[in-house]
Amino acid sequence: MKILSPLILLIILILIAWVGTALAGLETLFGLVIPYVALILFIAGFLYRIYYWSRSPVPFRIPTTCGQAKSLDWIKRDRFESPSNLFETLIRMAMEILLFRSLFRNTKAELKPGPNLHYGSNKWLWLGGMVFHWTFLVIILRHYRFFLEPIPFVISLTEKIDSFFQVALPILYLSDILILAALTFLILRRIFGGPVRYMSLFQDYFPLYLISGIVLSGMMMRYLTKTDIIKVKQLSQSLIHFDFTVPSGIGAIFYIHLFLVCVLVSYFPYSKLMHMGGIFFSPTRNLANNSREKRHINPWNPDVKIRTYHDYEEDFRDKMIASGIPLDKD
Amino acid sequence: MADGNPKKADLAKSIETESLFLGGIKPDKEWTELPVEFKPGNFNYPTKPDIIEKLGFPNPRKWTPLDEDWKLPENWKEIILQALKDRLEKNRALKLFMDTCVRCGACADKCHFFLGSGDPKNMPVIRAELLRSVYRGEFTRAGKILGKMVGGRKLTKEVIKEWFMYFYQCTECRRCSVFCPYGIDTAEITMLGRELLHLLGVNINWILEPVVNCDRTGNHLGIEPHTFKQVVESLVDDVKEITGVKVNPTFNRKGAEILFITPSGDVFADPGIYTMMGYMLLFEHIGLDYTISTYSSEGGNFGSFTTPEMMKKLNAKMYMEAERLGVKWILGGECGHMWRVVHQYMNTMNGPADFLEVPVSPITGTPFSNAKSTKMVHIAEFTADLLKNEKLKFDARRNNHIRTTFHDSCNPARAMGLLEEPRYILKRVVNNFHEMPENTIREKTFCCGSGSGLNTGEYMETRMRGGFARANAVQHVHDKHDVNTLTTICAIDRVTLKAAMDYWVPDVQVAGLHELVGNALIMEGESERTEDLREDELEDFEQGEGKDE
Ligand code: HEM
Ligand code: SF4
Ligand code: SF4
Repeated sequence: MKILSPLILLIILILIAWVGTALAGLETLFGLVIPYVALILFIAGFLYRIYYWSRSPVPFRIPTTCGQAKSLDWIKRDRFESPSNLFETLIRMAMEILLFRSLFRNTKAELKPGPNLHYGSNKWLWLGGMVFHWTFLVIILRHYRFFLEPIPFVISLTEKIDSFFQVALPILYLSDILILAALTFLILRRIFGGPVRYMSLFQDYFPLYLISGIVLSGMMMRYLTKTDIIKVKQLSQSLIHFDFTVPSGIGAIFYIHLFLVCVLVSYFPYSKLMHMGGIFFSPTRNLANNSREKRHINPWNPDVKIRTYHDYEEDFRDKMIASGIPLDKD
Repeated sequence: MADGNPKKADLAKSIETESLFLGGIKPDKEWTELPVEFKPGNFNYPTKPDIIEKLGFPNPRKWTPLDEDWKLPENWKEIILQALKDRLEKNRALKLFMDTCVRCGACADKCHFFLGSGDPKNMPVIRAELLRSVYRGEFTRAGKILGKMVGGRKLTKEVIKEWFMYFYQCTECRRCSVFCPYGIDTAEITMLGRELLHLLGVNINWILEPVVNCDRTGNHLGIEPHTFKQVVESLVDDVKEITGVKVNPTFNRKGAEILFITPSGDVFADPGIYTMMGYMLLFEHIGLDYTISTYSSEGGNFGSFTTPEMMKKLNAKMYMEAERLGVKWILGGECGHMWRVVHQYMNTMNGPADFLEVPVSPITGTPFSNAKSTKMVHIAEFTADLLKNEKLKFDARRNNHIRTTFHDSCNPARAMGLLEEPRYILKRVVNNFHEMPENTIREKTFCCGSGSGLNTGEYMETRMRGGFARANAVQHVHDKHDVNTLTTICAIDRVTLKAAMDYWVPDVQVAGLHELVGNALIMEGESERTEDLREDELEDFEQGEGKDE
């Protein structure tokens, strides 16, 4: 149910785009209105979520230390697993964001007869995740050529590297193959991986299906149906220059692709995909482990009535005298 | 082990064969459909009504989790939802942890309770989902409309029961947060969950009674000042008997240079008392000008397992007493959760400690700049510095009968990064030291299985399941290297691991780091040492010519 229903939703979405453009001819709606709405939903939602998180304070400094802290001078410390200042913390964050450092630690526990526990290395998720995210980034960057003129150097360079394996004409992008492989892995892992399947929800399958749908429709345009790139470029230029004109005859596949992208973009800020923003905010990772060195302030530090020494001495005075414990008031 | 607790062989068999997932068995129901069944051995006794009254907490009453009706306040639902809303606005971590989990599953098999029970709700991600599902179902639009479809659910009395079961089946050890790509710390969720449950009067006596005691007498056990002093003095007598040396602790002495605070477990509980003897020998050895307070006679802080307010209330005494006595700085003994509080919370809650000085070792002159604001130093840092500067005369051969491994306690490892200091000390004072397997030590260390206030007699089955992962790693070094001692720097560990070892690896005893330091110290004017601090016989070796450092 949780596995199939997001797929059905995806099919419905595809049908909407197809019916809307190929049959009903609503190209303006799908080419202009929906992309603008999606963009607005994305920006507003993203900003709101950031605001929603930021408005709550961080009352305590709670980094998870994953290595030796700064201590005595001669003790070798682990600067980036237990950072003690801003710079080291930034490196730690960069390792989390760019390299998925914590996921790289992953192990797999196995129960052997005895019972005995074994912890094997388990880097598959890390690898699949890295491939998926980085190729996703490359693909997004590649799309800039529809919007930017002339194409910036970084982007043409990525493209060059990406098309290194020139297998067929048109050029087969390495990233297309890799992202498909990674998505397949991530989906299969969820469907067949005991505990992961057990914890998975509708919203865990849906983005994977949706992104697969986007990738597949994109590849169809490139490798199968030969969509008219000039017209697509006209549309994208019209979108960024607010011309409000839609070239005719781009073809339904393109609109399906575009519509799914719009769904992804508008869904993004309201879903778990916001982990992209969340990772920057995580207090167990983005704070230095220096709480004994520098006082952290809690804006709502509660007022609490504390039992004073005075009251304590009053209560136990006789007993303290009898056992020779010094008093404040004799 | 009390009656009714499963035999080791039966529990082992159950872990081996009935563990869901790990044993290849799939639960036939979604976790939301799995019933919450309380039975003796899987819950801690609820708080006595008079304790709740003394704390000023709501809903004092007699009840047990076995009851159908938990006698919650009439507007229980409103209370929880309002409090959750309030806490979301007070703590960013909570909002983030609610919003960012992608259910990647990396944390799933990292929890010792999951490894020892196979219960899917002990996967950290699902433990968090217990709350997250309510957050979705009651606070987010999609969750309100689509409900179950998107993992949202309504808050029901059944959910409250489930929270009570599983937020007290988490020891707030933070192991899961090491592996999470977003650093989601299920311990934070557990802390919050328990905080919410307090508002309904759903809590456990083993945590709250010590809180009441600690407030009144200064320590969890409720020991009054004269008795406290008396017990320490009886340890002084034991030390004298074993070593021939009289150590001289003082109590509530104004003008001492250093206030020494350690968990009361070191004073009262076997085997913690041997660690206490070790501290006192060490301080005597170096002629430290220190005092012990009866008013602030507890390093631990069961308030930290309760609410931020209670944590602050109990912790405040440390600074208040340091100020009253006019000491320069505070030295803290071996304890896990105590150091979570001291390192990550104390200065924020009860600082700034401007009346203290930046800690400097009076023996070596080393400034502890990593503690320059909180002004409290961990005894392992202090002793490591002494050893490095060769200020101690000791003979490690006095520990030759000990073949040890080191258990990193959760909090010093994952909330402080105190990993090398204890190892440095241990390797100097003991000749036989063997690490447990790599994935079970340092930041990946396994909890004793009974931390965060769960170390009750009535909870043995759950505790032994929780302690299984740790014990299994000890078993490994016991088999391979004949290890007979598990050294730790936590007072709770010294009690709970002892129980876990007695159960799972009975040939292994549990010791404190400074117990072994105390064993090895060559004291001025000592008599010939034939016994260690436990009065166990030493192995034969040439006495006298110590390897002095
Ligand atoms: C700062 C940027 C980002 C970081 C550091 C990041 C990190 C991660 C990590 C560590 C995971 C878990 C491992 C995995 O399943 O791959 C993950 C999962 C995921 N991410 Fe990202 N991510 C980022 C941005 C994005 C973006 C822009 C998207 C695209 C919409 C995205 C989509 C996903 C999806 C769909 C999953 C779930 C994969 C699954 O279900 O197996 N992420 N992300
Ligand atoms: S590791 Fe983190 S993101 Fe992954 S399931 Fe666990 S809590 Fe969620
Ligand atoms: S904090 Fe420890 S006990 Fe709690 S869920 Fe995480 S691993 Fe389990």
